[in-house]
Amino acid sequence: MTQKIDITLMINGERHALSIEPRLTLVDAIRDECGKTGTHVGCEHGVCGACTVLVDDVPMRSCLMFAVQADGKHIRTVEGLARNGELHPLQRAFTEHHGLQCGFCTPGFLMLAAGALEQDPDISDEDLVDVLSSNLCRCTGYQNIIKAVLAAAHQMKGA
Amino acid sequence: MAIGDSVKPAAFQYHAPQSVEEAVQLLGMFASDDGRIIAGGQSLIPTMALRMARPSHLIDINGVGELEKLSVSDSVLSIGACIRHAAFHRPVVGNPLGGLLSFVVKHIAHYPIRMRGTFCGSLAHADPSSEWALTAVTLGATMIAESLRGRRELHADEFFVSIMATNLAEDELLVETRFSLLTPGTRFGFYEFSRRAGDYAVAMALVTFELVGGLIADVRVGVGGAEDRPRRLPEAEKVLTGHPPSARLFEDAAAAAAAAVDPMEDQQADAAYRRDLVAVVTRRALERAAA
Ligand SMILES: Cc1cc2nc3c(=O)[nH]c(=O)nc-3n(C[C@H](O)[C@H](O)[C@H](O)COP(=O)(O)OP(=O)(O)OC[C@H]3O[C@@H](n4cnc5c(N)ncnc54)[C@H](O)[C@@H]3O)c2cc1C
Ligand code: FES
Ligand code: FES
Repeated sequence: MTQKIDITLMINGERHALSIEPRLTLVDAIRDECGKTGTHVGCEHGVCGACTVLVDDVPMRSCLMFAVQADGKHIRTVEGLARNGELHPLQRAFTEHHGLQCGFCTPGFLMLAAGALEQDPDISDEDLVDVLSSNLCRCTGYQNIIKAVLAAAHQMKGA
Repeated sequence: MAIGDSVKPAAFQYHAPQSVEEAVQLLGMFASDDGRIIAGGQSLIPTMALRMARPSHLIDINGVGELEKLSVSDSVLSIGACIRHAAFHRPVVGNPLGGLLSFVVKHIAHYPIRMRGTFCGSLAHADPSSEWALTAVTLGATMIAESLRGRRELHADEFFVSIMATNLAEDELLVETRFSLLTPGTRFGFYEFSRRAGDYAVAMALVTFELVGGLIADVRVGVGGAEDRPRRLPEAEKVLTGHPPSARLFEDAAAAAAAAVDPMEDQQADAAYRRDLVAVVTRRALERAAA
């Protein structure tokens, strides 16, 4: 007997009504049921951070949450970062500082940094680097990701 | 593709109680059928993704408002089952306990996991390398468990049984954990060795003591990650009690700690290496406490 549950996800302000099995993870719902494939999925058990999204403005691993647990919540993904065709300061900084190569990890890093900066706009550089240690990147060696996020953070603080 | 082909966790029935009473009823109904609580899901969902766990019912306590309690009264800090690790990023109380918890929390997993995983979930999960389990044992926390049979208190030194095993019965909800505030002069030191930022500890030590007339008093030395559960080491505490802090004394206490443990072996470290690490983390924790 398969249980199906009706839920509503608000993804980047758009309503998605779904009927899902409880075992469907949030990342699978975002990608497969809602067609938002900007959020990537890597390890599917919490280690890599590729699936990081904001749930009610808080960065979370979307592979470590069931979609049913996000019923009625506001989800923000990389597709929602740019506003009116203008890239988010973090996205611009990643371009300027070569914060990506293959780009697989990029949506996760962007949402992680965007969420941490919103949670704590005065976060120290040291704590921000610690936050960035949450996610894995196999290409860049991290230094350019750190440079990009610190540059954007300083710009967003209006420094 | 049918959903069953693309989904990693096995199917389960989902329940979302709104009160402790309802959660305990559901647990009483389904525990014998491998029904389980899901709190932060940050340990349970990975084990389900690997199909090491295949619970048939999940009872989600995230909607139970009563469990969001984080309060101090009568010199006791109470931590409800829905309090996330991240609640401790800043001191929750103006007592050495607040500083201790905010120092230790930075060693747990990664930022997004700390935003979701819970304090009590860590204790219920009972990973031998859980920082909160070590904290609970070292400071002598009390756990409050509730089932259809009623409420009971468990003391930290009887709570942890072995690797991922506790004295909670399968139908018991861990409702809250309580810590007595520390005396104002309490010093603490924590040191963890892990392979990468956010990884579980290979070994770690938490120590607290006071200096009374320059001499170490009321000392607690706890070691985690080394054995199948965290434990206080009276052998090391005895070496320290009544002496002034010194490099030599800390070496002796560290050696006593290393001699007292029966280290686990796994792919990260064999027993001899872990024993060495116990000495190192104990000494460094003591140095931090004395600094
Ligand atoms: C990549 C990664 C790295 C991590 N690193 C660390 C680390 O360094 N240190 C560390 O301590 N943890 C680490 N964790 C685990 C994390 O801290 C978890 O949050 C924690 O172990 C469990 O808490 P939870 O709320 O997520 O519990 P859940 O995953 O929801 O539950 C875990 C278990 O406890 C039971 N349970 C939970 N709450 C209760 C309750 N109130 N009453 C009865 N039973 C309950 C569940 O049924 C389940 O069996 C890591 C996790 C990941 C994914
Ligand atoms: S896919 Fe979620 S952490 Fe790797
Ligand atoms: S840019 Fe390729 S994984 Fe990070």
